Amino acid sequence: MAKYLLLKHYRGAPASVNDVPMDQWTQDEITAHIQYMRDFADKLSATGEYVSEQALAPEGAWVRYDGEGKPPVTDGPFAETKDLIAGWMIIDVDSYERAVELAGELSAAPGKDGKPIHEWLEVRPFYGNAPTITE
Amino acid sequence: MDEALIRSLTPSVLGILVRRGADFAAAEDAVQDALVEAIRVWPDDPPRDPKGWLVTAAWRKFIDATRAETARRRREEHVEPEAGPVPDTDDTLQLYFLCAHPSLTPSSAVALTLRAVGGLTTRQIAQAYLVPEATMAQRISRAKKTVGDVRFDQPGDVATVLRVLYLVFNEGYSGDVDLAAEAIRLTRQLAGAIDHPEVAGLLALMLLHHARRASRTAPDGSLIALADQDRAKWDTELIAEGVEILQAALAQDRLGEFQAQAAIAALHADAPRAEETDWVQIVEWYDELAKLTDSPIVRLNRAVAVAEADGPRAGLKALGELDDSLPRYTAVAAYLHERDGDEQTAARLYVEAAGKASNLAEREYLTRQAARLNRQCR
Repeated sequence: MAKYLLLKHYRGAPASVNDVPMDQWTQDEITAHIQYMRDFADKLSATGEYVSEQALAPEGAWVRYDGEGKPPVTDGPFAETKDLIAGWMIIDVDSYERAVELAGELSAAPGKDGKPIHEWLEVRPFYGNAPTITE
Repeated sequence: MDEALIRSLTPSVLGILVRRGADFAAAEDAVQDALVEAIRVWPDDPPRDPKGWLVTAAWRKFIDATRAETARRRREEHVEPEAGPVPDTDDTLQLYFLCAHPSLTPSSAVALTLRAVGGLTTRQIAQAYLVPEATMAQRISRAKKTVGDVRFDQPGDVATVLRVLYLVFNEGYSGDVDLAAEAIRLTRQLAGAIDHPEVAGLLALMLLHHARRASRTAPDGSLIALADQDRAKWDTELIAEGVEILQAALAQDRLGEFQAQAAIAALHADAPRAEETDWVQIVEWYDELAKLTDSPIVRLNRAVAVAEADGPRAGLKALGELDDSLPRYTAVAAYLHERDGDEQTAARLYVEAAGKASNLAEREYLTRQAARLNRQCR
């Protein structure tokens, strides 16, 4: 019973094996990819392991406080930012091993020529509750 | 309306439906539906006989569901289940065994136990574990399928039940359901259904830790170490009850890990001030505990106890014999180095330990320790 974030990057992850961008795929390949993602989420709902998922637009801005009474400063996006998050899925599983197994399965989503993308996904544990009994 | 009463009646109502011939999965769904209806109806129209009301309502839900299922299959003929007599036997214990069946994963066993034995609604369980209600519903439904072929009258293993209850207790408090209190209630109920020293040991352990709850965290939610807790805030009634239950269990002379853990908690509870803690006895109990379980937490905590009993060097020596990749190893090392007067090493290790913490409260606690020492070292 631990939550993990499966994090997908636009940029910043090591290159995928089947590293052809989606705009180079056929319509059917795109449909097959989207269907695979839906089926994966449905499967996790059915196993009682699904928590949530979100996708993020690539364009964003940096924002910071600029002092009392002033509007926040915005800047960017910076093209040189190394890490660009594309989206995530949150899962609730019994073990780290299970989280890795599921991330591996998600990474097998089909891409160009219907072959798995072998995309690198980041698996990050959530902080849980502090246990009551520690001594 | 007394929601606690509804919860306490859940296992016996479920047991009655199963005895009358309903299969476990369908009976459990029917009882859940009846509970939800009771929560809705009872406040305005409290029943004279709550258990009878629940049995009748659950049986009606079961019949309705069976009819719907039969209609779905378009069977022309079907035999409607007859309501048999309400038997005298209490099936609560069997339900605990079934819901903690070894074929279930820990999270499924926890969810099923909380619903079928604890009488919590799927929504409450989902909120407590911060997952969507649909996910929790699926988890429970799969768990029921997994145990679908398990015979209800088969004797089970108390140890698996205790592990599930321990997990629920240790999850503490999140959402509107107080899981620690719920775990205590379920363990108390189990102790009423079976005379077993380890059940008593776990109940004592929970009570002794629950007694300290008010002193474990500051108003801002930050952790307070045992030595720094305000002992006036400890619940002396819970401590007295825990100690009494533990002594009766130990008198049966069948030691187990929960009794040993409870004995350690009782020794802490017994010290009016942290400095008066009987660490020599605590080390002896950790030695007993280490014989009963190979838990790394036990070995780490033993090293801390050795340090308190024989000095920090002895503690560091005990720690040195352990695998440094154990969770919380670095945190213990930091603490022992500080006790040994090596504040620079301790500060460095506290920072490292904070990076490895598995929860936010612990990370903050360890970071504060590092910050305190760094300020002193300047």
